[in-house]
Amino acid sequence: MEPESDMNGMATAPELDNDSPAAQRTNRRAILRPFLGIAVPSFAVVAALAIGAIMLLALGANPVDGYRALFVGGFGSWDNLGDTALKAMPLLLVGVGISIAFRTGVINIGGEGQIVAGAILSTLVALAVPGLPAPILVPAVLIAGAVGGGIWGAIPGALKAYAGVNEILSTIMMNIIAGQFLSFLLQDLLIEEGAIKIQQTKRLSENSHLPLLWGGTRLHLGFLVAILVAIIGYVLLFRSAAGVRLRAVGHNPSASRYAGMSVKPSIVQALAFSGACAGVAGAVLVFGSETHRLIAEGGVAGFTQNAGFNGIVAALFGGLHPLYTIPASLLFGGLLTGGIDLQRELQVPAAMVIALNGVVVVFVVGSLRFKSWLARWIDDGETK
Amino acid sequence: MSEFFTLAVLATTLASGIRLATPFLLAALGETIGQRSGVLNLGVEGVMLLGAYGAYYAALNTESDSTAWVVGVAAGIGIGIVMGLVYAFLTVVMHADQGISGIGIFLFGLGFTDLLFQKQVGVPIPIRGVSKAPIPVLSDIPYIGQIFFDHNPLVYTAFALVPIMWFVVNKTTFGLNVRAVGETPEAADTLGVSVNGVRTTTIVIANAFAGLAGAALALEIGIFQNNLTSGQGFIAIALVYFGAWRMPWVMSGAVLFGVVSATVVQWKTLGIVSGGASSLTAMAPALLTIVVLVIVSRRIGAPSALTRHFDRAG
Repeated sequence: MEPESDMNGMATAPELDNDSPAAQRTNRRAILRPFLGIAVPSFAVVAALAIGAIMLLALGANPVDGYRALFVGGFGSWDNLGDTALKAMPLLLVGVGISIAFRTGVINIGGEGQIVAGAILSTLVALAVPGLPAPILVPAVLIAGAVGGGIWGAIPGALKAYAGVNEILSTIMMNIIAGQFLSFLLQDLLIEEGAIKIQQTKRLSENSHLPLLWGGTRLHLGFLVAILVAIIGYVLLFRSAAGVRLRAVGHNPSASRYAGMSVKPSIVQALAFSGACAGVAGAVLVFGSETHRLIAEGGVAGFTQNAGFNGIVAALFGGLHPLYTIPASLLFGGLLTGGIDLQRELQVPAAMVIALNGVVVVFVVGSLRFKSWLARWIDDGETK
Repeated sequence: MSEFFTLAVLATTLASGIRLATPFLLAALGETIGQRSGVLNLGVEGVMLLGAYGAYYAALNTESDSTAWVVGVAAGIGIGIVMGLVYAFLTVVMHADQGISGIGIFLFGLGFTDLLFQKQVGVPIPIRGVSKAPIPVLSDIPYIGQIFFDHNPLVYTAFALVPIMWFVVNKTTFGLNVRAVGETPEAADTLGVSVNGVRTTTIVIANAFAGLAGAALALEIGIFQNNLTSGQGFIAIALVYFGAWRMPWVMSGAVLFGVVSATVVQWKTLGIVSGGASSLTAMAPALLTIVVLVIVSRRIGAPSALTRHFDRAG
């Protein structure tokens, strides 16, 4: 990624006449600088919507109707907003983890596998001790999810730190392994007995169910858990010594090593934290679901709804900041909810939302250089 | 297990291993030349999906059964070239992070092909695909003929491209430039080599190969479905590491993965594994990838400038 142009020199520039070029630059900086942060996501979303409009046109749908269906479906009523928050939950949890990993310089593409690992371990806990009272069992399954996902993240972390294995490739392979393991468990050891052969567990203990929140929507406790995880992620990254170390490692590993920081453990920790966040999402998907089972019918993507990938989109859109990822994931959750309406009303398959997410990623990372050009223009009045 | 170790079954398994290796091999050959020039192209999986759908759709809509696969191949390569230009613009011009933009292209390919398939085709209609073209005389050799010389033309093409790509990278001026740009772009630039020009070319080549790999997959199976590639593009990238950026070794890796995949399928067909256990054996290619990466990652150096952007001014 491009370093932003250095503007420390400008910050101490002496007071000048209002008409001088230097003063104009200072004024422009004062006015435009605050908007620089949202320039990239705004540009990316506008560009992605434009490409989406072209797609809709090509598919014979009116883009205005398409976007209306998408946004009304996502944000049009309290019920829809509730569903949007439900869809946003795993995106936010994964997105917080992605922010931690990416800021440590580790690219975690293993969200899918980490969600599955968290779901499996939390399901095992609920099956092992179904009789525990809810105030104990609910936290227990959430923690089990974090542990499962954390382990699934720590493995590629250790492989990168101590064996030099590219984490992008290893996390993707861990996704495939987790998916096959889930399929194995639900065909063999954990399948509901006596039932027709559907890849699912029996209905899990009522005491492990995440309670519904007020308001009469389908929103449940998982949403508050996700917000809490985002706050914890923020504190960890930006308000703790560990966060300083992780971000330093992400910024410049060799300098961090010379400064006496433990680079290798940091990499393992970053991927473990990242996986733990995704693992909580796995638990939330199981214990917040209406079926209240772990289901693998329709493959891994059927269970995770691609949250392991879409969470990356939300995190990038939120500037890899756990708190900004909250609104970002609500936006993408809204698109996912609205995608169902898009399919129903205009017969445009909801898969379009996944394609749009890809376009958003491409535009966000593609426009970082555009941002540094913009920053240079704001500071120096020159375009490169 | 004993029913697996008969000459006939082993020959069938090896033959289908060679066939299954083809998409891996095509994608990995392209990825290798890209990485030799310093570009990590992580969008392979997405481009393979787009190429596969393009080939499937083109073949589906071609009247003549005998030329349908040729049209499909052309569509796959064409789509690959377009995606290559997009990726080149992103990474060479806009300096986008190569890893993350590759994931963006993967998501786009995953969603867009599913979208188009549901909208344009709906139900999985089989296509004729590409049929076998046994090589005369050679294919009559017992077992050997079945394993090596009784395949479709895309299989022969993929393996014929190995020496060609080796020659291009190691024995031509263009190949010298590719390697120079991948190791020390600054020095190459000083000598008048256009770093970004060379990289744009290799990116387009790599993506054309990925599109062709997707086409080979769809035309071989004769069907398209959501997430048809299911990670093959990512495994192809791992094969480049496995092969230490050398074409013959990349080919060996592709054949190994093809044979492992074929064995998994064969065991399931023979009933050696069934139900849940077949899911466990299906982990084999992914586990093998990780093991291979652990073994090779510390021993063999990647091109020095891999994933590093080049900008003369900065």
